[in-house]
Amino acid sequence: MIVDVNANMERWPFRRTPCDELPRLVDRMRRHGVGQAWVGNLDGIFHRDVGGVNIRLSEACRGQRDPALIPFGTVNPKLPDWREDLRRCHEQFHMPGIRIHPNFHGYKLDDPMFAELLDASQQRGLIVQLVIRMDDVRLQHPLIDVPEVDVSPLTKLIRERPELRFVVLNGADKIRSKAMGELASTTGVYFDIATQEIVGGVASFASAITPQRVLFGSHVPLFPLEASVLKMRESGLGEDTRALIESKNALRILGY
Amino acid sequence: MQSDNPSPSASCGPSDIGGFGGMTRRTMIAGAFGTAAAMMAGRANTAEGDSTAIWDGHVHLAGVEGTMEQRADRLLEHADRLGIQRLVVFLGALGGHDPKPEEVRQRNDEVLKAIARSPDRILGFVYLSPKYPKESLEEFDRCVRDGPMVGVKLWVAMRCHEPALDPIVRRAAELGAPILQHTFFRRGGNLPGESDPSHLAALAARHPGASFICAHTGADWELGIRAIRASANIYAETGGFDPCAGLVEMAIRELGPDRVIFGSDAGGRSFASQLAKVVSADLPEPARRLVLGENLRRILRPILRRKGIKT
Ligand SMILES: [Zn+2]
Repeated sequence: MIVDVNANMERWPFRRTPCDELPRLVDRMRRHGVGQAWVGNLDGIFHRDVGGVNIRLSEACRGQRDPALIPFGTVNPKLPDWREDLRRCHEQFHMPGIRIHPNFHGYKLDDPMFAELLDASQQRGLIVQLVIRMDDVRLQHPLIDVPEVDVSPLTKLIRERPELRFVVLNGADKIRSKAMGELASTTGVYFDIATQEIVGGVASFASAITPQRVLFGSHVPLFPLEASVLKMRESGLGEDTRALIESKNALRILGY
Repeated sequence: MQSDNPSPSASCGPSDIGGFGGMTRRTMIAGAFGTAAAMMAGRANTAEGDSTAIWDGHVHLAGVEGTMEQRADRLLEHADRLGIQRLVVFLGALGGHDPKPEEVRQRNDEVLKAIARSPDRILGFVYLSPKYPKESLEEFDRCVRDGPMVGVKLWVAMRCHEPALDPIVRRAAELGAPILQHTFFRRGGNLPGESDPSHLAALAARHPGASFICAHTGADWELGIRAIRASANIYAETGGFDPCAGLVEMAIRELGPDRVIFGSDAGGRSFASQLAKVVSADLPEPARRLVLGENLRRILRPILRRKGIKT
């Protein structure tokens, strides 16, 4: 069974994609052996009514088996009363974690509000998924100008919060940068493979940061699920490493 | 990371061998992708005329370590895991954006070594810089007319609508060698000398008898497809940027299934992520076969035949 930790429901505003309706996405996941997916709601990137975004996410995931859809709600600390969104994600929707987009939501990681968000997430035992980029910034739609997230302040913040479970999405291709390299050696930090490139890139990534930190993620529906499925095959991984990346690490983080 | 997508910030089936949890590669691929992929399995040593063979139209000797021969071996080992049978290699180990003739020759010598290593699996395109017209024609003759290469690769030395390209294109067309041009629609403006697909459309209009491959389809593919739509002698190539869902569907809708070619831009890119653009697409199977190999074979067949290279 594969656990896809980087799935999204709803539509990207600038493009329709073949699997941006949940029934088609679920069907595609089933076909490729994805038994569980950690799902965010793309509306959460653009909408101000994050409360509604998270209700729709929770309802879409409820009752969905094969694959099980695990909701990761949006929290935007630049919105008034964001702490209530965090509380609802945890207490009302029983989500295991949240997904954050500092670049789209307009804050830097040295913003004190971000540290407070990490504190609150650690206290509640919520996994934090941070998305480095949604698209290639060189090719962005002219109406938006959203850089990749600068992770320079992050290593220190996470070291100060040893109980925090932290997942970096769409950042694997930046591992050679100093800040991302530091982050990758920090306890409690995990990376998905959706943006990892290079021939055999999953294998080289896993040996660079240890397979225990690498998670299968696809970035559907903006990328096809098949990209990550085929990258696993291209890398020719041993059975144990493959199992860690495809499911065991993710299930361990969830506490299974 | 190496790639010939110059960026200011960074770099730019074999027979059943089984072994994954007791499944053979054929059953795995068939299970994962249904018919689309049943056809992908088990055909590294294809017979002449196999319409299902996957050819990758855009590969460099980069992203892997070692001598050029070792790099060729490493690339083929990874390609084998995905059932990709032939690689079109050019620009060798990559290099500077504005190379002198000596550097161009070095890049081509690297490709010649890879071809010599695996002549049944590796095809080569000659890399040229239009800034040096005399040397470019000599290098074309050395590598294509008198050597084993079968096409031309142009990168970012000069924008491709310039008249300086005309002698190169005429010589390539005489021998039936397609011209692959790097293209990009870059936010904030392209690099000096970097073409976008509109420049290629201008060049192609002057040379209706030549075949052009629009590498990366401009990377901003929703623009690139439109920019080449009216140019019947330009093919859209799929590689070298994020595996964006929907790319191949749009390309086929707007250009028709005969004008889209699979290329990966490996090894700076993953064969797998790029192949997934085609494998995942909602397409009729005959159209997928065209994209994965048949279109490229149709373009190259005359020059391959003249050189005695099997298709
Ligand atoms: Zn390239």
